Amino acid sequence: MRTRDLSYWLFLAPVLLALTLVVIIPMLLGVYYSFTSWNGIVTGGFVGLQNYIDLLKDERFLASLWFTTKFSVVSVILINFIGLSLALIVTSRIKSSKLLRTTFFMPNLIGGLILGFIWQFIFVKVFANIGQLMGIESLQGWLATTETGFWGLVILMSWQMAGYIMVIYIAYLEGLPQEVLEAAQLDCRNEYQRFRYVVFPLVAPAFTVSMFLTLSNTFKLYDQNLSLTAGGPYNSTEMVAMEIFKTAFTQNAFAYAQAKAVVFFVIVALVALVQVYINKRREVEM
Amino acid sequence: MQKKWNIRTEVLGVLLGILWLTPFYLMFVNSFKTKKEIFTDTTSLPEGWNIANYTEAFRELDFLQTLANSLLITVASVTLIIICSSMAAYSLSRAKSKISTVLFLAFVAAMLIPFQSVMIPLVTVFGNFEMLNRPGLVFMYLGFGASLSIFLYHGALNNISRSLDEAATVDGANRFQVFWFIIFPMLKPITVTVAILNIIWIWNDYLLPSLVINSPGSETLPLKMFFFFGEYTTQWHLALAGLALAILPVIIFYFFAQSAIIKGVSDGAVK
Repeated sequence: MRTRDLSYWLFLAPVLLALTLVVIIPMLLGVYYSFTSWNGIVTGGFVGLQNYIDLLKDERFLASLWFTTKFSVVSVILINFIGLSLALIVTSRIKSSKLLRTTFFMPNLIGGLILGFIWQFIFVKVFANIGQLMGIESLQGWLATTETGFWGLVILMSWQMAGYIMVIYIAYLEGLPQEVLEAAQLDCRNEYQRFRYVVFPLVAPAFTVSMFLTLSNTFKLYDQNLSLTAGGPYNSTEMVAMEIFKTAFTQNAFAYAQAKAVVFFVIVALVALVQVYINKRREVEM
Repeated sequence: MQKKWNIRTEVLGVLLGILWLTPFYLMFVNSFKTKKEIFTDTTSLPEGWNIANYTEAFRELDFLQTLANSLLITVASVTLIIICSSMAAYSLSRAKSKISTVLFLAFVAAMLIPFQSVMIPLVTVFGNFEMLNRPGLVFMYLGFGASLSIFLYHGALNNISRSLDEAATVDGANRFQVFWFIIFPMLKPITVTVAILNIIWIWNDYLLPSLVINSPGSETLPLKMFFFFGEYTTQWHLALAGLALAILPVIIFYFFAQSAIIKGVSDGAVK
């Protein structure tokens, strides 16, 4: 097949059309809009960098960015720790391995919105109930404060995503060469050493993949945020994705929201690329 | 030493497994309680397993209609994604040239763009063409789903020898026939992966349908669930029954296809 054949272009046509209309044109238009005072109906004038200057002083936006960053860092560490632990458990010699894999993975099949509602019930009703029964004050009023909202989101995401990350680690763990593991069995004094010096370096590529996935998932989080806390109390658990949505569709500040969206894209792209770059370099060193 | 059955790990694993299922258990048992019972006690079993919550939630959610809407959107989108991205990946993998490389990189790079960055202009553009409806939504899913699907198909196609294409061409088959009768059947394992990854994502998607589908009666499950919750946050007995209903199709799907699902997800993430 050659690129000047008609069939080459016919085969490509539908996806090229879809990608152009759905991603490329909106992206270019979006960058253009971010320099205007567009409100969704009237294009408005060209305002240069005004939107970008404004968002640097926008406390609500900066707060959401900071909250998202904190949430991502904590979640990425926890999810990877739990995910790898679960993978190590189900790949060791146990009888319930297959059943456990199915169980740990299950939350990933159910949408973030629904999972958020389930956990809202648990935090608000079940926690309060148990708190009352056992006289534990700290179980009252979950999701009603910034702090409990933060940890609520972290718990929800860890519970949901750890099983997904587990599946990735399992794929790498099961691909490890058997003779290396057996040699490690002889050379290492205990299980911890075997894990630290042999298994862990060998699964480093899995870490690159899973960190990329957890980072981009937590950074772009919307559904769980909406259904668990809806950004409350007082917008203090509002993440960037939700903040952009509200700026656009509740305040009708379309151009301004779009400027935030462009900044968001740059941050997500930078974080993703830097992360992959650093991890790749580490892999080589090991 | 390693060959021995690891009883401590087994116990730890089972305990964690139970912990993992607790949220579903709590949702399930409480969905049978009355409003008053939930208010006083959420941890014990219900006094009577009344299904009144379910019949009411079923009606409020317009469950069969909503389920059919979700199925229609998901099946249509995933079918379209499979047909179009396998063909596109075939073109890109068979015609090695600068154009192919650039196009392939463009598709891969599109994966980096967060939805929020294109969301506002997307709604405006499609609104102008009166395409904020179900066909429009399916077309958008093609645009957003194509990247990863092409990437996966491209990898699989590079492992299929071109001599097959040539042999079939010598026998008189045209491009279309070569692809659909010779190559596509060989792509079955990766098609399963592509299908599963896209099904999970599209079935559960909330944000895009919330922006695109405006007409009552055509809502997908997550969308309907959101409206339902707005009215019922204080009526947890109904809300929980609604959640249980919404989860049921996924559990059935998982029960029948669990190994294919887990394999698909791991293949999709590792490649």
